[in-house]
Parts: sequence; structure tokens; C-alpha cells
Amino acid sequence: MSKIYFTEDHEYLIVDGDTATIGISTYAAGQLGDVVFVELPDTGKTVKKGDDIAVVESVKSASEIYAPVSGKITHANEALEDEPETVNGEPQGAGWFFKMTISDVSELEGMMDEAAYAEFTRE
Amino acid sequence: MAMNSTGRPTAPADAQSTAQDVDTFSGSRGLLQAEPLLFEVGAADKCGVDLPDVPEHTSRLGGLERSEAIGLSGLSEPEAMRHYVRLSQRNYAIDLGLYPLGSCTMKHNPRLNEKLARLAGFADVHPLQPQSTVQGALALMGELSHWLCAITGMDAVALSPKAGAHGEWCGMMCIRAALQERGELSTRRRVLVPQSAHGTNPATAAECGFDIDELPADATGRVDMDVFRSKIGPDVAAVMLTNPNTCGLFERDIREIADLVHEAGGYFYCDGANLNAIMGKTRVRDLGVDAMHINLHKTFSTPHGGGGPGAGPVVLSKRLSQFAPVPYLVQDGDAWRLVEDDAQAEEKPFGRMCAFHGQMGMFTRALAYMMSHGADGLRQVSEDAVLNANYLLARLKGEMSPAFDGVCMHEALFDDTFLKNTDVTTLDFSKAMIDEGYHPMTMYFPLVVHGAMLIEPTETESKESLDRFADTLLSLAVAAKSGSSDRFVSAPVLAPLQRLDETQAARQPVLRWREA
Repeated sequence: MSKIYFTEDHEYLIVDGDTATIGISTYAAGQLGDVVFVELPDTGKTVKKGDDIAVVESVKSASEIYAPVSGKITHANEALEDEPETVNGEPQGAGWFFKMTISDVSELEGMMDEAAYAEFTRE
Repeated sequence: MAMNSTGRPTAPADAQSTAQDVDTFSGSRGLLQAEPLLFEVGAADKCGVDLPDVPEHTSRLGGLERSEAIGLSGLSEPEAMRHYVRLSQRNYAIDLGLYPLGSCTMKHNPRLNEKLARLAGFADVHPLQPQSTVQGALALMGELSHWLCAITGMDAVALSPKAGAHGEWCGMMCIRAALQERGELSTRRRVLVPQSAHGTNPATAAECGFDIDELPADATGRVDMDVFRSKIGPDVAAVMLTNPNTCGLFERDIREIADLVHEAGGYFYCDGANLNAIMGKTRVRDLGVDAMHINLHKTFSTPHGGGGPGAGPVVLSKRLSQFAPVPYLVQDGDAWRLVEDDAQAEEKPFGRMCAFHGQMGMFTRALAYMMSHGADGLRQVSEDAVLNANYLLARLKGEMSPAFDGVCMHEALFDDTFLKNTDVTTLDFSKAMIDEGYHPMTMYFPLVVHGAMLIEPTETESKESLDRFADTLLSLAVAAKSGSSDRFVSAPVLAPLQRLDETQAARQPVLRWREA
């Protein structure tokens, strides 16, 4: 049974056991405007929570994507390299950035659920 | 009196056409000529110059000679000239109108500077000429160095960096060399960079091999001192601060920042791109700065923008001056000499940044600007820059929304709160300014402000000019808030080119011309 978490940096994690699929929230994709380029992390890389590991570039700005938790990158969504517009179309679906195995699931504690994130982004 | 009875001296009263309705056969719009690409206007068999036949020769290229025509388009001289004159007519320039691009400092360029920069003794010299034949040019560089050190109170200046970011790199390489000599390069890894610094600052620190540690801004748009104090430590190599910062605000705690980084054994790099707001008022040395670049092309005039040229000399404190790159200038009696070789240097230069000594044309313009203004004039330049920005801030704040309370320095920063609940974005608002005949302000930068609009009026703009600009912006703001987004969403409609598809251009860029 998977569960979705959100960070204050507007990333989401869909967590299933110790694996997580990470991308940027629908709200963030709207704020960024048209996404034109995505730089993804290398698979197999071990990352620490808070490391900047990817970049999303829109017509307005370039933003860093942080590792929301510590762990190991297992997949990168290479389809985004040719079709970055998927991030705008389905940010919380086909527009995911990368998947990772979480080394310490307790790092998820304190992250927002869907309702709390909706409240967080209301203003 | 003979009347012109066959021509039509005035348009008939019932002529209804407006500019948008008319499609011309040529593609030109009246005196605004259509301009094809060089590849489209030229032909490979055309040549603007007569070249002599190549004499008998044997090739030493060993079979690597080009065997086919290169395929470049040829043009006659008038065609080449018209091409560039026509393009220049479509350009916007400080010579045409107010140019409010924030963070870029578009200066008026006094014609005196241009006259002096074209003097043969400065313009027509070659960097490889014997130094005895260019003593006047070297003396000008010496005089410029003296003025730069006097204005900032610093100990030395490296003239060769060719632009602001190049200057940052020069300053950070001096800091790196100093740390290396102290044996601390491997332990001092962090460079603290505020969010309100210029975007090139973190890039420079990373290029020099340091780790970037970002400092957040506080609610007033300045460095959050609590966070700064918590981050300072024995592994900090330097702090890079822009002052005034990109929010157009003076970093009030700059002296404390300098003291804390020095106490911790690090260096203080100050981005001096905005020196035009404080020169003659604040002495950089008194701020505790170790290295700072000065954008000659921003602070001391020179036509720039659109890619060049620039000059970014770096002033250095006593602790760093010995690491300045070659070539550097020394005076032996009355004679000037460039020290070109690391091995001959009495100091410890970190190396060389570029082939020669820097941008002679910029040096000439900058010195002409300094000497024609004098100390009192340069101080007034800063005062007028700050006054003009604050005048616009005061005139616009009724309808637009300032990002921060209080006065600003040389640029006024607004956010997009005033466009809330309209269909108009910062981008639309900026594009509508083009239809009004103004170059847009800097938009969506700095990143710390939502939908940022950063307006920097040139200090030479008169009150009348500022009023016309402010009236236009106020009218646009009122129009946006009244709910009619028509004039915004498709703007510009009156420019030579209409709104471009930036998304498509970024996703599927066309990077070279191909025959259709």
C-alpha cells in the first residue's frame, strides 16, 4: 500500500515499503511554468537527505531538486529528457523524476500528507 | 500659389486602415525594413571585395586542404552594411530611450569617451608591440589603476579580467592561492553565498572548487545574520556578498559580516557590480573587503549589453595583492612596464587569466568618465542613481507592489502582488511595456521575490523622462487591475516581432540555418 508525502521544497514521495518515487508537486509544476529541461541523477548513486541531485529548468527559472530522504537512486525517468513537458502534464504521474530505496524510513516522519500540503500551499 | 492637385497631400478622411491591418508585398513595414538572414540575402558566388589571384604555391597541408566550397553566403559591401544598419534599427538602446533593466546598469555613454577611445594611440596599438612604443597606453592603465584604488581605498588592482564574472574568478583564485599558501585549501571548503547575491557568485565559487553554502535572506531582503553566525566556522574559505544586493538594498550588517569571516580565518569577496550606487559615499576598504570586482562597463559607462564588451578589474586588499595574476603593471622611474612572466614576478601571481592585459577601449572610456566627472561628480552619479530609483519607487508604489518596505538603493524592486487575481503575469506586463516603447525591466529576478520586477533607471534620466515612464507603468497597472487583459496577453503587437514562443524555443531550439 503506497502513501504520498510532500516536502516544504514542493517535492512529493510516493512511498511503498522502502522504495520511493519522487517528483515535483502539481502546485510546483504550475508555479514553475513550462518546463524545458530536466537533469536527472545517476542511478546507483548514494545520496544524503538535502543533497541537490537534479535540476528542473522552466522558461522562468532553474531550480534544484533535493534528495528528500537518504538512500540510493534506483531509477531515473529518462523519458523526461526528451519530453520535459510531461512534468507539466502529469507531475504526480508520468512526470516523476527518480526512484530510490530509502535507507532510513524514519526520515519520512514530519513530512506533510496530501491535506497538510494543500493547506501549506493555500497561500 | 500652385496647389499640388495631382498628389494626395493628406490622407482622405475616410481612410480606415490601421497599421495591423496592412499586409505589405515586400514584408517591410514602411521605413522599418524587413531583414532576411545573411544566408537568404547573399549568394555563394558573390563577393564584396576583389581578392588577388593566389600565386603558384605548394600546399603544406598534407592532403587536408578543403576540397569543396565552404558554402558561406557572399554579399556586396552595401548589402552587408544595410543588413547591420537595419538590424540596429530594430534594436533598443540607451541612446533611443529609457532602459530600466535592473541589475545591468545601462549607463549613458558620453560622446567624449567615444572620441577618446578612438584616438589612434589607444585604439590602433597592438598588444605585441614593444612596450617602449605604447608608453602612453600603459600610463593610462597606470592612471586608471590609481583612480580605482583611490575610489575604493584598496591596495592593488588586477586590470586584466574582461567582465564581472571573470573578475569574480580572479578574486576567488587569489583567495584560493592565499589559502593554498597557508596550507588550508584542503580544510577550508565552504564558501557562503547569500540568496541575494548575483547568480554568478555561486558559479564562480564552484568553478574554483569550493562547496557552496547558501545564506537565506531575512524579511527585509538582507542576509539573515542569525543563520550567518551559525554557519561561520574554521572550514569557511570565504563569503561572497553583493552590495548593494540584487534586491537593491544595502547590506547593513556588511561590516559585521566582514569581521566575523575574518575572525574565522576566511576572506571577504564583495561583488562590486553595483558600485555605481555607493562610489564616493562608501569606501570599500572600510567595509573590510579583501577582493572586489568593478564592472567598468556598468559603473563608468561604455556601451554594453547584447554581449559585450566588458571589463572587470579586481581591487585587492594587502593580504591578497601579492597573488594578483600576470600581466601586471609596474613603474620604473618614468617608464611603465608589464610583468608578463610568472617566473620573473617578484610577487606570487596565481597565473594568467587571458592572453593580454585587458580591454584597452574600456580602460580609456572609464578613465575619461572618471576624469570628466571628478571626485564630486562621481559622488553625484551615485546620489542621482539612488535618487532616481527612489523617485520611481515612490511614484509607482501606489499601483504596484514594492517587494520590501523602506527606501532602496539604485534599483527599485516590485513583486507581482498587484497583479493578483488578474489574468496578467509579470511576463505579460513586461511585454506590454514593449508596445509602449520601453525596454522591459528585469523580470523574475531576484528569485527570492515572487514575479519580481527589478527597475534600475539610469542616473542621467531627467525628472520629465522618469515621469513619462512612471505614468506609462501606472496606466498599465491600472489597466491590468481593471480586468482587461487584452493588451497584455498577446503583447507585444507593435514590435517588429510579436510574442515569441519561448517554451518551443527552449525545448526544440533551431541552432543553425538550413536551406528551406
